[in-house]
Amino acid sequence: MAEATFAAPYALPVGARARNSTGWWGVLCLIATEGSLFAYLLFSYAYIAIERGARWLPDRHPSILLSGPNTLLLLLSSVAAWWGEGGVKRGQRRRLLAGLALAAALGVVFIIVQGFEWRSKPYGISSGSYGSLFFTITGFHMAHVIVGVAILTVVLAWSGMGYFHPRRHSPVSVAVIYWHFVDAVWLCVFTTFYLTPYLE
Amino acid sequence: MTFWEDSRDPVLARTSESFPGPRLEQIWRTKPGLIGWLGSVDHKEIGRRYIATAFVFLILGGLEALVMRAQLAGPEERLLTPEQYDQLFTMHGVSMIFLYASPILSGFSNYLWPLLLGSRDMAFPRLNALSYWIYLAAGLFIYAGFVTGHAPNAGWFDYVPYAARAYDPGINIDVYALGLILLGMSTTVGAANLVVTFLRTRAPGMSINRVPILIWGTLTASVANLLVVPAVSLAFFLLWMDRQFGTHFFDAAQGQPLLWQHLFWMFGHPWVYAIVLPAMGMVSDGLPTFCRRPLVGYTLVALSTVGTMALGFGVWVHHMFATGLPSLSLSFFSGASLIITLPSAVAVFAWTATIWTGRPVITTAFLFFASMIVLFVVGGVSGFMTASAPVDWQLTDTYFVVAHIHYVLIGINVFPVCGAVYYWFPKITGRLLNERLGQWNFWTMFAGFNLGFFPMHLLGLMGMPRRVYTYPDGLGWDVNNLIVSLGSLLFAVGVLLLFVNVAVSLRRGAPAGPNPWDAPTLEWSVPSPPPEYNFAVIPIVASRHPLWEDALDEAPARSRLTEGLLLDRGRETVATTPLDGEPNLILEMPADSLAPLTLAIGLVAIFASLLFRQWVGVGGGILIVTLALLGWFWPLRVHADEPPPREVPEHG
Repeated sequence: MAEATFAAPYALPVGARARNSTGWWGVLCLIATEGSLFAYLLFSYAYIAIERGARWLPDRHPSILLSGPNTLLLLLSSVAAWWGEGGVKRGQRRRLLAGLALAAALGVVFIIVQGFEWRSKPYGISSGSYGSLFFTITGFHMAHVIVGVAILTVVLAWSGMGYFHPRRHSPVSVAVIYWHFVDAVWLCVFTTFYLTPYLE
Repeated sequence: MTFWEDSRDPVLARTSESFPGPRLEQIWRTKPGLIGWLGSVDHKEIGRRYIATAFVFLILGGLEALVMRAQLAGPEERLLTPEQYDQLFTMHGVSMIFLYASPILSGFSNYLWPLLLGSRDMAFPRLNALSYWIYLAAGLFIYAGFVTGHAPNAGWFDYVPYAARAYDPGINIDVYALGLILLGMSTTVGAANLVVTFLRTRAPGMSINRVPILIWGTLTASVANLLVVPAVSLAFFLLWMDRQFGTHFFDAAQGQPLLWQHLFWMFGHPWVYAIVLPAMGMVSDGLPTFCRRPLVGYTLVALSTVGTMALGFGVWVHHMFATGLPSLSLSFFSGASLIITLPSAVAVFAWTATIWTGRPVITTAFLFFASMIVLFVVGGVSGFMTASAPVDWQLTDTYFVVAHIHYVLIGINVFPVCGAVYYWFPKITGRLLNERLGQWNFWTMFAGFNLGFFPMHLLGLMGMPRRVYTYPDGLGWDVNNLIVSLGSLLFAVGVLLLFVNVAVSLRRGAPAGPNPWDAPTLEWSVPSPPPEYNFAVIPIVASRHPLWEDALDEAPARSRLTEGLLLDRGRETVATTPLDGEPNLILEMPADSLAPLTLAIGLVAIFASLLFRQWVGVGGGILIVTLALLGWFWPLRVHADEPPPREVPEHG
């Protein structure tokens, strides 16, 4: 048996690394396909809106009293998750736990506020194509927030149980980038439903 | 306390009978018994299951076609009722396009990719198993509707308002909608797996200009699937909402019926390329082996593969020329559709030049691969004709389009796949298929196919509409229809010969040895069938044709196949950089697991409950899915409070 060191004279890391892990590439694929899903959802909205003309909108000036602050909340939640991820990279477990917990909590508040927002609408999912689009698209997003909060909670628990290390924490990075994606998509949904009507 | 290994100096080793094979055998072996079988994540096992299952659906779809051709063999026949005919032509399309054409390519890709790339498995072995289980479940789900008399019945592209609840009140369309969303999940996770496998697990030295064209074809199809499968899943979801919850996406009064066609064909057209580009890749890799020379124009063929798909995203409206869209839109999409002939022609000329300048060995595999060029040209020309809007107005919804789709899908999918069976069967089973029977197999299929499908062009030009369950006497369609039915039967006999050959050769075929065709790529450097771990050491690749380097002598560098990276401390393979294939990580691969099967069962519970609106069942399914995911992703090791990683002693 002949042994020799490999032509590339460097040691190879073993196992998953944060952004050099298969999971990281996998979640990027997930984001690509889910991003496409939301693109098709918003395409459906735009297509029906154009086909139906200006009088189709039930409200030319939708209120952003709840949805505006709620959007800020979701953005803050992304920042919290990002800050927490910085903690695991530096071996600061408390910061990791605090960041993830805060992100998940803000996500839960978003869900509750969105529930009030839904209840405030005078139309329902079957009362017209606008209502169908509004509740289906925000519903899809809500489902993603719920899954995102669940993922953050699980990763928070794993962090508490000591599963991660400054060089071994790809589940944290994967959960956080997914959470950023959920927040970024909301900006598109929010812009479509709450801001574009003002352009009329 | 288990220690974890942080990094390792890579070790090169030379392989022998006793090293490191037996040790790897222990590490990679799937446990015997039912649990082992259900939990296997071996890409070769999954690939074989995919291929076998897809062929079962091919047989079912073929039998459905034969019943339809019996009905259409003469005018005014009453073998089938209109409702039965509706279910049959819909199930034929669904079976062939969704349950055969794509999964068969997934099967070959799953089996071949790690072997072609010099790796030990796909990037996500458990996701691979999940992809198969969901595919199987979706197929059974849709066929459960068929056997209970509730099969989809509005055509495979399921246009509204036919498919709306007012006009199709049974659960037929709901079975289709939910089944296809389920199948979409399988396609999506499979596509993600292939993309990441390409980016990450190629052998050291295999830069992107050295991968086989099959890899380019499947990669392109997979990227497209990630981007377009959501369109059709969404369309079916919205349709299901319209049918079950009274939403208004597709109704004419409040929504827009054409939204269905847009969403469907934004998916549907790229999907056509997704089910032919990998098969074209099979031809690009298989044909040169039998022409005894490298493919002519590798770079152009790779680029035209990607280029076809890039253009393919922008041509979906050519399926909608007759819907009254503005002429500006028609002109744009007509132009885009015409331009697609350019990259297609590049491939055709490259294959022709490869045969022309090579020394062809006329095996059955060669015949299947080479005949595909002819059939592709016929299907391409009829596609080029219908890409022109005025011609399309004349031909749309006639048998001309039926002829076109069959020349494309049988010509560029079934024929290359049969060639691939003859080419890779020796690798998969260790035995050669019978060549004599193979020649009969090929010529029967080729004659039957052209006899059965070419006259459809004429029927279309004479004005015979597609999807009619019968036709009156005296329209001049009788003779051609009889020829079509007889040709289809002959074609079916030809396909049957393939299965006969497989059944006979599995037991009595001549032993193949590692490289019966003297082929150039990495899969032929390992025994047939390959061991569980594929490669005893990870090879180091220096060219596009690692096994032809001495014969071609293009450069002084030689690939190293018997001396390479030793990775034997667990299920391991090497990760490399996406473009250059430089090693950058040692991957720890997962063991066999029941989590994928459990997850698939949970999903089936969810979808079956949705079909009957049993919300408790949906909740139960979600619980199973959640538990399966937790088990799947649960980290293996506590890292936080342990001492810093220590050096693991070298063995050897």
